[in-house]
Amino acid sequence: MRDYGADSVSVTEVAVATNGDVVKARQMVRTLAQSSGLSLVHQTKLVTAASELGRNMLVHGGGGTVRASAVVEGPRKGVWVEFADHGPGIEDIGLALTDGWTSGNGMGLGLSGAQRLVDEFDLDTGSSGTTVRIVKWGR
Amino acid sequence: MASEENTRQLTEALSAKRDEYTAQWAKTVGRSLRGRLSSAELSREFGELYDAIVQAVAEGIALEGRGEQFAEVRSLLIELSRSRARQGFTPTETATSVLALKEVLEPELTGSAEGAQIYLQFARLLDDLSLLTVEEHVKTREAIISSQAEQLLELSTPVVKLWDGVVGVPLVGTLDSARTQVVMEKLLQTLVDTDSTHAIVDITGVPTVDTQVAQHLLKTVVAARMMGAQCTISGIRPQIAQTIVALGIEFGDIPTKATLADALREALTEVGRQAESDVRGLL
Repeated sequence: MRDYGADSVSVTEVAVATNGDVVKARQMVRTLAQSSGLSLVHQTKLVTAASELGRNMLVHGGGGTVRASAVVEGPRKGVWVEFADHGPGIEDIGLALTDGWTSGNGMGLGLSGAQRLVDEFDLDTGSSGTTVRIVKWGR
Repeated sequence: MASEENTRQLTEALSAKRDEYTAQWAKTVGRSLRGRLSSAELSREFGELYDAIVQAVAEGIALEGRGEQFAEVRSLLIELSRSRARQGFTPTETATSVLALKEVLEPELTGSAEGAQIYLQFARLLDDLSLLTVEEHVKTREAIISSQAEQLLELSTPVVKLWDGVVGVPLVGTLDSARTQVVMEKLLQTLVDTDSTHAIVDITGVPTVDTQVAQHLLKTVVAARMMGAQCTISGIRPQIAQTIVALGIEFGDIPTKATLADALREALTEVGRQAESDVRGLL
């Protein structure tokens, strides 16, 4: 996946430490999606994915930072979002991405579902934290 | 020792002109508050505060406002800040109440070098005390905000009776565990109170349905079912439907409808059918 974060000039950022912050991050992503001209369905999918990943970050990574930016590639426009925490990392990525598998008491669809909701999905995890980057294109 | 001498001098000066100083103090503060508090009230408040300060200062001028000697001053100040915060005064206005005493004493004390030294020591104490009022002010505001948030939680989750035997829960905003708890409790209680057999949870006003929201919805529906009610989720917009499918959430055998009207129509038909069979049973 291209490093959209480094390319972009206007990255907005929200620190996530509480449930209220997840809502804030979601609103930031929604605003960006709207201004990038994403259709209502794409907007909703992206915002829902952001909600899942933001909450994952809060629950499993003890909070972190959400950065987002509008991206352009040729004729298409999209939104790039990064979720970075300094939590313990994901032990078994394959297992974490399995539908229905949960380490907490959720539905076990957050991570795998978020992956299905977006066009590009990049997961980077280690003992020093986890970073997830997603991109949703307009069409 | 110099500080003992200073303490004695300050205490004497403060005690000697007690009435004059408190009146001036109350007046100065009254002016900055522009008549929002009566002068009688201010005089009483500052009279008490003044006496407490003089008493505490008598123990030693170099003391800190957080020390034991100032316990009474602090409790008076805390009470003052709380009432100011509730009445909608700004932190500045609250802190000025304490700082105004400096203004009163300045011309009296700074005449001599010795007096200036005393004034500076006393001013430092007052600064400390004014910080305390700001702290308390903020604390009170925070308490007010959190209690309002709680009230909002109650307000934003109404359970309404739509028809005989049909109750509706129009959800608006985000659905977290705290709100789900409130919604569930209210819904179940209303089901009992109104003797209803049908419940419709409308999510038209919920902008994002993620796994957490879905899980909360499912719990609510299961709980309502355990009470013997039939529960429908309505207000599933096209984009929400597509997102739920992509996420992989399954609502199982829980009926869902696009609009509240559809859900109500279905519920009414059902209620009508039941009533009919009841009548037949009686005959």
